[in-house]
Amino acid sequence: MHGTHPEPSLHGVLAEFRTPDELLAAIEAAKSAGYTKLDAYTPYPIEKVLDALDLHHSKVPLLTLGAAIFGAVAVFSFAYWASAIDYPLNIGGRPLNSWPAFIPATFEGAVFHGGLAAALGMLVLNGLPRPHHPVFEVKRFVEHASKDGYFLLVEADDPRFDVSAVRRLLEGLAPVEVNDLEN
Amino acid sequence: MSTAYDDVRGADPIAQPPVLAPGHTPASVTERISEAVTTKLTKTPKWWLGGFAVGFALLNVFLFAVTNLFMTGIGVWGNNIPVGWGWDIICFVWWIGIGHAGTLISAILLLLRQSWRNSINRFAEAMTVFAVACAGMYPILHLGRPWLPHWLLPLPGTLGMWPNFRSPLIWDVFAVSTYATISIVFWYVGMLPDLATLRDHAKAKFARFAYGMAALGWRNSARHWANYEVASLLLAGLSTPLVLSVHSIVSFDFSVGIVPGWHTTVFPPYFVAGAVFAGFAMVLTLVLPLRPLFKLHDFITERHLQNMAKVMLTTGLIVAYGYVLEIWAAFYSGNEFEIFMVLNRFTGPYATQYWLLILLNIAIPQLLWLKGVRSNVWALWAISMCINVGMWLERFVIIVVSLHRDYVPSNWAMYSGTKFDVMTFVGTMGLFLTLLLLFIRFLPALNMFEMRVLTPEATKAHGEEK
Repeated sequence: MHGTHPEPSLHGVLAEFRTPDELLAAIEAAKSAGYTKLDAYTPYPIEKVLDALDLHHSKVPLLTLGAAIFGAVAVFSFAYWASAIDYPLNIGGRPLNSWPAFIPATFEGAVFHGGLAAALGMLVLNGLPRPHHPVFEVKRFVEHASKDGYFLLVEADDPRFDVSAVRRLLEGLAPVEVNDLEN
Repeated sequence: MSTAYDDVRGADPIAQPPVLAPGHTPASVTERISEAVTTKLTKTPKWWLGGFAVGFALLNVFLFAVTNLFMTGIGVWGNNIPVGWGWDIICFVWWIGIGHAGTLISAILLLLRQSWRNSINRFAEAMTVFAVACAGMYPILHLGRPWLPHWLLPLPGTLGMWPNFRSPLIWDVFAVSTYATISIVFWYVGMLPDLATLRDHAKAKFARFAYGMAALGWRNSARHWANYEVASLLLAGLSTPLVLSVHSIVSFDFSVGIVPGWHTTVFPPYFVAGAVFAGFAMVLTLVLPLRPLFKLHDFITERHLQNMAKVMLTTGLIVAYGYVLEIWAAFYSGNEFEIFMVLNRFTGPYATQYWLLILLNIAIPQLLWLKGVRSNVWALWAISMCINVGMWLERFVIIVVSLHRDYVPSNWAMYSGTKFDVMTFVGTMGLFLTLLLLFIRFLPALNMFEMRVLTPEATKAHGEEK
């Protein structure tokens, strides 16, 4: 694979477009040219871009569910163990395993763990924190990606990646500019 | 660009005022909102410096009150048997209730796809975090031995015992600490893309570095957005039952007890409605002055004020229903202590507070039925202040009026807060104001990326109108 790379340290080729529609057209063009390792950069989430890049398979929900179940089981078991086994306390003759009374803390345990898993899971799956990334080397990316620029990245680890072919394709789509990204 | 809005409004003859003034693009929204944060320190507005001076002075009142409390003990407060809960718990419930509107706006309205919330959610979330910080002071200060708050948590220690999981007070520890944590997480996650925007647009080198570190390297990648949108929805979905549980559990602190006036099943829903009522009042109290100060009329439009007023009116009516039901339940129960409690509220030594509460929380907010009142900023602000005071009085009536006349007349006594109670409360307001002003100066107080979504360019890209 590495033999086909003219620049082994290349991260990819980045093209900037003016509108979401131009970006979507570029994604379609790149897809029909056979490229699969694509990423887009938009100043706000655009459902059609996520559809076009087939990104609706987030693992965050599964992580959140797992963590919430863990939290509920952990808090309930602890409340049971503490109240019925380790420190049995007879309060007005009520049963030691007075489980309905353990439910509020159990619920909070589920929300606590689920919420943290959703946030941390999102960060970890996104590869964050990562203060630096090759795209930040592009001046116009820094100026416009979080404001009004729509960028398409064809990554160098795409099996069909070839710098000159990718550049030719992107330059044919009337971009603002095209940049090679170095790792 | 304005044509997109004309199209929408032309198609819908009863269209409401827009949630974003016409003519905005993603770039103009970004520039207008980040401007407030990226201006040089030397060009900080005078009103901000004045407000911060007041907030910081009050924060020092808090420092004084708390130092005195720690050195002397909680005897400096007015609490004493039979009124063992006084200003501390009143203010705790007051602050935590205020926080709930933030979660409602950011979570419940997100799930309901109410896009008008996009401009006020960040601010409301910040309000939640700071209000919970103020609320969290009180249980710790009231411990008597405030250096031992970790005893509230189920940690193994030399005591060899565990907290009682059957007690609403331990539920409260779990609920409030979870609420504080998840509110901070939700707030921070919501801010990530905007911190990245500030990293890209800040002028000062240190600001770029600081926002860059805080943004964790966010780069607006579609792969990021995919996970991000799911995580936001999940956090909203978790926060929604959380906010309901928190104030329900706060109400259990009372309703699980057998004090007359507390032991009723209406407490959880009535407390939650009261919290949202108070919280929206506080959002309006703060947003109405900020709107002209930061010239935010394009982003916080008449539509927002109308909608917030309507939410206040609705939740106010639920609260009114709660008050009526309390009276009804007391007489229906036939229990002489419950009936006495109601009559004592009407005509007892604290009747002034009770009737003032009815006036401020129920009578005056009925003016919101009038469209003219809902669109008059001065009237709205005055009503929101009435509700802020009214909701404080509500907790005073619930807590003090019930406790000061319980079952045994020999146990009866009068209660009043001391100057240190007042100083602590005013001090928490200083804490709140200080944090809030630091927030609006150094962090994006309006959600930039969600405001970009409201621009005609973005709604076109989404292929649907909201």
